[in-house]
Amino acid sequence: MLDVGRHPNIDLLAYSEIEKVEGEEGNFKVTVRRKARYVEEDKCTGCGACKEKCPTVVPDAFNEGMGERKAIYSWFAQGIPSTHTIDPNYCRQLQGKKCGVCAKTCQAGAVNFEQKDRVVELTVGAIIVAAGYDVFDPSRIPEYRYDKLANVVTAIEFERLLSASGPTGGHLDRPSDRAIEAEIEALEKKAGKSQKVIAKFEEQFGQASADFYSSFQKGEYKDDEERNKWAEKYKEHLEIVEPLEAMKKKAEGFTAAKRLAFIQCVGSRDFRFYPFCSGYCCMHSIKEAIIAHEHGPETTSTIFGMDIRAIGKGFEEYKIRGGNHSNITYVRGRVAEIQAGPDNNPVVIYEDTKERMVKSEEFDMVILATACAPTKGIYELADKLGIELDAYDFVKTSPLSPVDTSRPGIFVCGCAGAPMDVPESVAQASSAAERAAEIAFYGDARKEKAVA
Amino acid sequence: MPNKEENIRIGVFVCHCGSNIAGYLNMEELGAYAETLPHVAFVKRNLYTCSEGGINEIKKAIKEQNLNRVVVASCTPRTHEPLFRSSCAEAGLNPYLFEMVNIRDQCSWVHMQQRDDGTAKAKDLIRMGVAKSALLEPQQPIISDVTLRALVMGAGIAGMTSALALANRGYEVVLVEREERLGGMLNVINKLGPSMADAASFAEEKIKAVQSHKNITVFTKARVTEAQGFIGKYKVDIETESGVKKIDIGVIIVATGGRLLVPEGLYNYDGKKVITQLEAETLLKQGLDKGINNVVMIQCAGGRTKEKPYCSRICCQTAVKNAIMIKEQNPASKVSILYRDMQMYGVENEELFRDSRAKGIRYIKYDPEDPPQVKDGSVQVFHSLLGLKMDLAADLVVLSTPIVSQEGAEATSQLLRVPIDDNGFFLEGHVKLRPLDFATDGVFLAGSARFPANIREAVAQGLGAASRASIPLSKGSVVVEPIISILANEDACRGCGLCVALCPYGALEIRKTEKGRKVHVIDVACKGCGVCASTCYQHALSVNSFTDDQINAQINAFLE
Repeated sequence: MLDVGRHPNIDLLAYSEIEKVEGEEGNFKVTVRRKARYVEEDKCTGCGACKEKCPTVVPDAFNEGMGERKAIYSWFAQGIPSTHTIDPNYCRQLQGKKCGVCAKTCQAGAVNFEQKDRVVELTVGAIIVAAGYDVFDPSRIPEYRYDKLANVVTAIEFERLLSASGPTGGHLDRPSDRAIEAEIEALEKKAGKSQKVIAKFEEQFGQASADFYSSFQKGEYKDDEERNKWAEKYKEHLEIVEPLEAMKKKAEGFTAAKRLAFIQCVGSRDFRFYPFCSGYCCMHSIKEAIIAHEHGPETTSTIFGMDIRAIGKGFEEYKIRGGNHSNITYVRGRVAEIQAGPDNNPVVIYEDTKERMVKSEEFDMVILATACAPTKGIYELADKLGIELDAYDFVKTSPLSPVDTSRPGIFVCGCAGAPMDVPESVAQASSAAERAAEIAFYGDARKEKAVA
Repeated sequence: MPNKEENIRIGVFVCHCGSNIAGYLNMEELGAYAETLPHVAFVKRNLYTCSEGGINEIKKAIKEQNLNRVVVASCTPRTHEPLFRSSCAEAGLNPYLFEMVNIRDQCSWVHMQQRDDGTAKAKDLIRMGVAKSALLEPQQPIISDVTLRALVMGAGIAGMTSALALANRGYEVVLVEREERLGGMLNVINKLGPSMADAASFAEEKIKAVQSHKNITVFTKARVTEAQGFIGKYKVDIETESGVKKIDIGVIIVATGGRLLVPEGLYNYDGKKVITQLEAETLLKQGLDKGINNVVMIQCAGGRTKEKPYCSRICCQTAVKNAIMIKEQNPASKVSILYRDMQMYGVENEELFRDSRAKGIRYIKYDPEDPPQVKDGSVQVFHSLLGLKMDLAADLVVLSTPIVSQEGAEATSQLLRVPIDDNGFFLEGHVKLRPLDFATDGVFLAGSARFPANIREAVAQGLGAASRASIPLSKGSVVVEPIISILANEDACRGCGLCVALCPYGALEIRKTEKGRKVHVIDVACKGCGVCASTCYQHALSVNSFTDDQINAQINAFLE
């Protein structure tokens, strides 16, 4: 990323979208909308002082909504360009309220609430589509209860939980436990406030609330308006503190997730959704299981899949190593259902096809290896570019010219063309660059040459 | 010790990085401290040294204060060293007289709660950087020409694709093929999955394009016997039927492919009734015998074993493709595929897999602990999902054997000084991020020489390797940062060659000189990693800007 950001020959137009493409290979006119960041790119140094002071807290999309960011933000810490952006949907100032804290904080004077979208026109010889993919939404599979069970997460969410820069600092805290901890925190704040109210009464009357309240319940002070208020406030306080204590006691028993289940082909190889194999998910699960084991050596993982497709260089060896050294058990079978179990533990119902038995097993967390879905914006983009999509809405190519789209001069690489893993994407990126270079550098000469 | 004749004047710029550093360290104290250090002639604190204002302050100070060393204490050299260096150069100071001290990533950020200790550490770091900078010496970037000609080894689909791509870009290409005919595996294969395009006509089309291209010189029945030199300047010997050709080459693409394991001694292999998938391709090309009604294919034959632990990636799709072709030629035939995992990854393969089921091809999962038994006219297998022992009639048994490394791969690896992995395939620079490069600059990789690849992957990699190889060609020269190894003390070098063996980039060689065997650094190939300098027990080798003196000065400053 840094290399891209720093390369003198790369003009990086981030936070921008294609509006229109005209012309033909060798001479395309591309209209690009540069969306307003409300931050001047050439002034912003990326120091982040603005986001420290910004009062508006927003769910962090980079952490799959599991953490928090501010209304002025950078997508993630090492993002390129480091320029910050104001989210107009959340920013108080842009929503018409009074704020402007970021503008006051910014010593570079980069915040500009008046900034508008800019439309720029580029002339290019060739175009490469590298628009990537979306994660399949597993709530479409009701029997896996992704939206009902807190401890059923997607592989990408799990990736953020494993990451040292993620919402849990790399600790495998279960989402259900995190929700309770968040509730404890909120209740503690509330309890602190009500404690202050009660303390005032205690001072006023020189009596402990508990003693007063037991007398009050016996029928004393019924006509004293102030004491009635005290009793009411104390009752409210107890209603906060009692469940809080119970929750705290429960939270003492929280430990990192240790029994993990990985479910393969969630949305892939499934006629209801995507019949294709997403290619990379088997290795992704194995990698996550190995890293989880590195985090806690007592962690055990079970990977449920039809075939474990360890098809790349060193992959089969990695799979075997995971089994031998990282407590991974591979179970052949498709998971039928995930049910709610005790202590927020998901229960996996599956057929062990080797033993030909239907079984159920309780886990601390279940990770869904979701399908590589075509990215939502691809329809609109394909339309603007005038390129065809295949039956599943990936950019159409042919096996014998793997990065050429249906329109000359426009190429594709990575998961926009078909699901693939990192090395294949990197290799394809070079292939697309080669095809583009043939046109961009030698467009005229090319027409005279025999091109195979 | 600093050069005594030179009056060392160091300028130190301490960056606040907004609040990233200033929020956690005592900046006033740091600035005042820097002024007390030896040779420091000027100190300036900036809100952002990297901002236009900060850069101008550096340039101004170099001129007005006659600075001859600049130290910036700020963030990371990964992002900002190039900027500061070029700023020094713009003010007329050799950019290698610049030193960067990281007081953010490894100091203020990690000691946010320890203001005093963090400030003390920052002082240590600045003192060390200043001590080192006093000993820095000017360097000049190394520029070396590139011969505008590529060598492609292997004329299979990957190699031919690379050759055509580079030739279309206007570069001369020398294509060397060991066999008599171009095309490699395409010559044997019947149809190309999943489109079922005819392999022979596709090969023919490519071969014609290669042979008729004015920029491509083809040598068949030839092999590369010598490749001396480094990126941009290789001297290559090609042994052909008409003698040895000596050719200057700029870059090299290795596309030597792989070969199919011949399963001698496995499953009663005889090449007649028990054959490989490649032999099946030939049979299908000729048209299958009428008498063949029952075919059994066995996956992972000789693959995914203790000896060959890897999955060969493309055998499942080959089996499914050939099973479909058998069904097409003889719709009444029964085809069973005995497998461990069906590796039909991706969109097209899985589609082919589904089609094959619709065409009635049967899939039987076997357990590697209890493998199938090939008998005369039948195959016995334990169907691990049904829990049944089955006896399948078999007029023909096809073994899906893995692709193994090419004959001579090891010799090629030695010739080009590039590594091969445990399975005999060529080892790329980085398995994830540099799949088509070698660690050694100027040598690239495509196709099954790297790892088994299907047609789509081989074409993509052929194009990709051409793209990678075209970078030095299009620039016409290689510019290397001068932070590289140098033979600082030639007399001390005993020519033992330890460093040559350890260098991961093939950047060292032993040369005979008047003083005897001495190491020679191929400067454009060197990455300055320092492995040689740190292992040379004679201290003959050193790395520019990281010399023993400079590092010792840093350590001594720390211990002060």
